[in-house]
Amino acid sequence: MRYPSSFVIAVFGALALWPLVTGSYGTDLVAKIMIYALLALSLELLVGSTGLVCFGQAAFFGIGAYAAVLLSPNDGSTPSLWLTLFSAIILAAAYAFAVGTLSLRTQGVYFIMVTLAFSQMAYYLVHDTPLGGGTDGIYLYVKPTWGWIDLDKASHMYGMIWLSLLLGFLFLSQLLRSPFGRAISGIRVNEQRMKATGFSVYPYKLAAFTLSGAIAGWAGYLFAIKDGFVNPELLSWHLSGSVLVMIILGGLGHMRGALLGAFAFALLQELFQSEAVFGSYAKHWHLGLGLTIMACVAFMPHGLVALPAQLRERLSGRNTAKAELEEHA
Amino acid sequence: MDFATFLIQCLNAVQYGLLLFLVASGLTLIFGIMGVINLAHGSFYMIGAYMAYALAPAVSASFGGGFFSTLVVGLVLSVILGYVLEWAFFSYLYEREHLQQVLMTYGLILVFEELRSMLVGDDVHGVTVPEWLNGAVALNEVMSYPVYRLFMSGICLLLAAAMWFVFTRTRLGMMIRAGTSNREMVQSLGIDITLLYRIVFAMGVALAVFAGMIAAPVSSVYPGMGNAVLIICFVVVVIGGIGSIKGALLAALLIGLVDTFGKVLLPQAAGVLVYVLMALILLWRPNGLFKD
Amino acid sequence: MSRDVLLRGINLTRRWGGLVAVNDVSIALTRGCVHAVIGTNGAGKSTLINLLSGEFPPSSGQVELLNQDVSHWAQSRRARAGLGRSYQRNTIFPSFTVLENCRLSAQAQHQQAWSFWRNAEADATTVTIAHEVATRVGLGESLHRQAGYLSHGQKRQLEIAMCLATAPKVLLLDEPLAGMGAEETERMLTLLEELKHDHAILLVEHDMDAVFRIADLITVMVNGLVIATGSPDDVRNNPDVRSAYLGDH
Repeated sequence: MRYPSSFVIAVFGALALWPLVTGSYGTDLVAKIMIYALLALSLELLVGSTGLVCFGQAAFFGIGAYAAVLLSPNDGSTPSLWLTLFSAIILAAAYAFAVGTLSLRTQGVYFIMVTLAFSQMAYYLVHDTPLGGGTDGIYLYVKPTWGWIDLDKASHMYGMIWLSLLLGFLFLSQLLRSPFGRAISGIRVNEQRMKATGFSVYPYKLAAFTLSGAIAGWAGYLFAIKDGFVNPELLSWHLSGSVLVMIILGGLGHMRGALLGAFAFALLQELFQSEAVFGSYAKHWHLGLGLTIMACVAFMPHGLVALPAQLRERLSGRNTAKAELEEHA
Repeated sequence: MDFATFLIQCLNAVQYGLLLFLVASGLTLIFGIMGVINLAHGSFYMIGAYMAYALAPAVSASFGGGFFSTLVVGLVLSVILGYVLEWAFFSYLYEREHLQQVLMTYGLILVFEELRSMLVGDDVHGVTVPEWLNGAVALNEVMSYPVYRLFMSGICLLLAAAMWFVFTRTRLGMMIRAGTSNREMVQSLGIDITLLYRIVFAMGVALAVFAGMIAAPVSSVYPGMGNAVLIICFVVVVIGGIGSIKGALLAALLIGLVDTFGKVLLPQAAGVLVYVLMALILLWRPNGLFKD
Repeated sequence: MSRDVLLRGINLTRRWGGLVAVNDVSIALTRGCVHAVIGTNGAGKSTLINLLSGEFPPSSGQVELLNQDVSHWAQSRRARAGLGRSYQRNTIFPSFTVLENCRLSAQAQHQQAWSFWRNAEADATTVTIAHEVATRVGLGESLHRQAGYLSHGQKRQLEIAMCLATAPKVLLLDEPLAGMGAEETERMLTLLEELKHDHAILLVEHDMDAVFRIADLITVMVNGLVIATGSPDDVRNNPDVRSAYLGDH
C-alpha cells in the first residue's frame, strides 16, 4: 500500500487552514466532521481491514463521551486533559474487550447481531439507570486543560481534534503496513488459510476489536468536550448505522476512504436537511439519506475512493472482474 | 407478591413472549432460508400497527366491518406488500454480502420511517380494543385480567401451531426446509425456488405485520415502535440461534419472563436485564441455544 | 519404520450424528515417503486430512505430531509445530501478489505482532523465504502478479508454496493436481518428488497414474474404513481393492 503523503499533506493542510477562512459555524461543523472521521477510522480498522462487520460502534463512542463527563470532578475544578482522555480510552477499550470476548467466537450475521445487541445494552445502561443521567443527559461545565492547552478555547479545541485525527490516521495507516496489519488483512481475505498457516486468528481479531473501541472512545471523548453535553443518543444504533454508511460511502479497505466518507456523509446530511433545496420536505431528510444509502450500495459498492477508477473503466468500456477477485480464488 | 399479581405477571410475560416470537420467527425464517439479514423487519411491525389504526375507519366505512375484518384486510395487504417487496428489492440481496444487506435494509428503515411520517404523521395513536374482546377475567375479588391479552396469546399460539404444521406436515414446509439446507439441489429438483422464496418472504412480512396489528390496542401506535421491536428480535434470534424456530420460541418466552418480572422487581435496571441474559447465554453457548 | 515417523493417526474415528465418516483409521507418515490415500467419493479421505490437520477433533483416537499428542491442539498450533496443509479448493489470497501470499505465510513463523512500527513488506526474513519458496515451485517469474489473475495450475503451485513458507516437516496435500493439464501435472509431480526427501507427505488424489507413479505407500479407503495399505504393487494386486475400487484390470 503506497503511502499517500501528498493526500495527507493536502487534506490535513486544508483542514488546518479552514478556520482561517470561515466563521464559527463552519469551524464548528468541520470540527464535528473530524470527530466523526476519527470514529469512521476506528470502524474502518474493524470492517475494512479485518473484515468484521460491527454494528455497535456507537457504544464505544458513547462510553468515551460519558467518561469525559462523569470523570470530571464535581466540584467545579478543572479536569486534567490527559487523565480524563486516558481514562475514557481505557474504559471504551475495556467494554470493547468484553464484548469482543463474547462475540468474536461467532461469525457473519450472528456477529453483526451480537454487536448490535451489546451496543443497545450500553445504551440502556445510560438511558435507564441513574448512572447516565437519563434521557436528559449530562452537562460538562468545566472543560479540561493541560499546561497551556485550554479546551475551553475554540481554537485549542479545533487544534486538539485536528491533531487527534492526524495521529489516528497516521497510526492506523502504519499499523496496516505492520506485520499485525498484514495479518488482519489476511484474516479478512481468507481466514481459513490463516489458520492453516499457523496464525491464531482469535487474538488478532480481539486486539483489532479492542483497539477499534479505544479509538472510537477517543472520538467520543472529543465530542463530549467540544459540545459540553452528552445524552444517550450518542450510543444509539442510528449512529452505528451512520458510521457504517460513512465507510462504505468512502470506500472500504482504505483509511482515506473513511475520511472521505465522513465528509461526504456530513455534506449529504447538510444537503438533505437544507430547506433552501428541499423546502418543507427538509424535515423528512431521512428519506433522501435512506435512498442515497441504497443507491450507493447498489451502484457504488467500492465507494468514492474507487470512483475515478470505476468511471474510467465505464468510459473505456472494459469489463473488470476485480471486484469478484477480492472474494473468490 | 401475592398469587394473583404473580399470575398476572406470568400471563403478561407469556403474552409478550409470544408476540415477540411472532415477529422474530419471520426474521429468523427469512435469514435461515434466504440468508438475508433484514434490518427493516421491525418496520413491518410498525406498518402493521399503523395499519390497524388507519384501516379501521376505512374498513368500517366501506363495508361496516369491525376488528376482525380489519385484521383480514391488513393480512391480505401485508402478503401483497411482502410479495412486491421481495420481487422489487429483496431478491437482489440474496447474493450480496452481509454488510451490503445490512446497509440496504438500514436505508430501507429510513425510507419507511419517512414515508410513514409523510403519510400518517408522527403522532402517537391509540387503537380501541373491539367490543367483544373488551372484558376482563376475574382472578380473585380484586384482580382481573384483560380478555384481549388472552386473545393475543391465544392467536399467537394458534399461529405458532399453524407454522409447526406447515413446516412439518405439508409439502410446502418440506420444500422450505429442503431449501435451507441445499438450495441448488432443490432447484435441480424442478422446484421453483424464486416462487418459494417469495412465498417465504411474504409469510415473514405477514407475521410481523399481523403482530403489529394485534399489538396496537395494547402498546399503542408510535413512530419508534419498529426499531424497538427489531432490536429485541435480534436478541431473540441471538439467544435462540439463527434459523431455529424452536430456539426463537424458547428465547422469546425467556425474554418475556425476564423483561416482565424485571420491570416489577428491578425497575431501575429493567432495560438492561434482557441483555445481561443474552450475555450469560453467549458465555455458555456462543452460537445461541439451538444452532441450526 | 518408527525411526522417522513424523505424523501418526491412531485409531481415528469421526462421527457426524449417525454417519461414521472415518472409522478406526490408523496411518503413519515417515520422512522421505509419499503416502497416498485413495478411495471413492465419500470414502472419508478429506475428513481424514481434516482430523490430522486439526480442523475438527476426532470422535475417538489420537493424532501424534513429532511424537507429541496433538489430538486436542487447534489447527493453527499444529501448523506452527510443523504441519503444513494444502486444500482441494484454492485457499490463496487472490487480492495479494504472489510474493505477498508467500511472505504472509512465512510470517506465521515470525509473527512479530507487537512491532507495529515495522513495515512488513520490507521485512528481510519473510521476504527472503517468500522468494525462495516461490522460486522453488516455479513461480519465480510471477512474483508481482496479483494471485487472482494466475492460471489454475499456477494457483495450485502457489498453494504449495504457501505451505512450504512455514518450513513444515509434514505436508498434507488434498488433491494438489485437481483441474491440472498434463504439463502442469508433470511439473507438480517433479516438485513432489523433490520435496519428499525432506518431508513426510500425505497425498490424497484421484489421478491414479500420478498416484502409482509417485507414491511409496498407498492406503485405500472405502466408506470410512481402510481396506488395504501397502506398496503400489501390493495395492494394485489386492483383490479387495480391485473389486471395490479399481475394477478388474
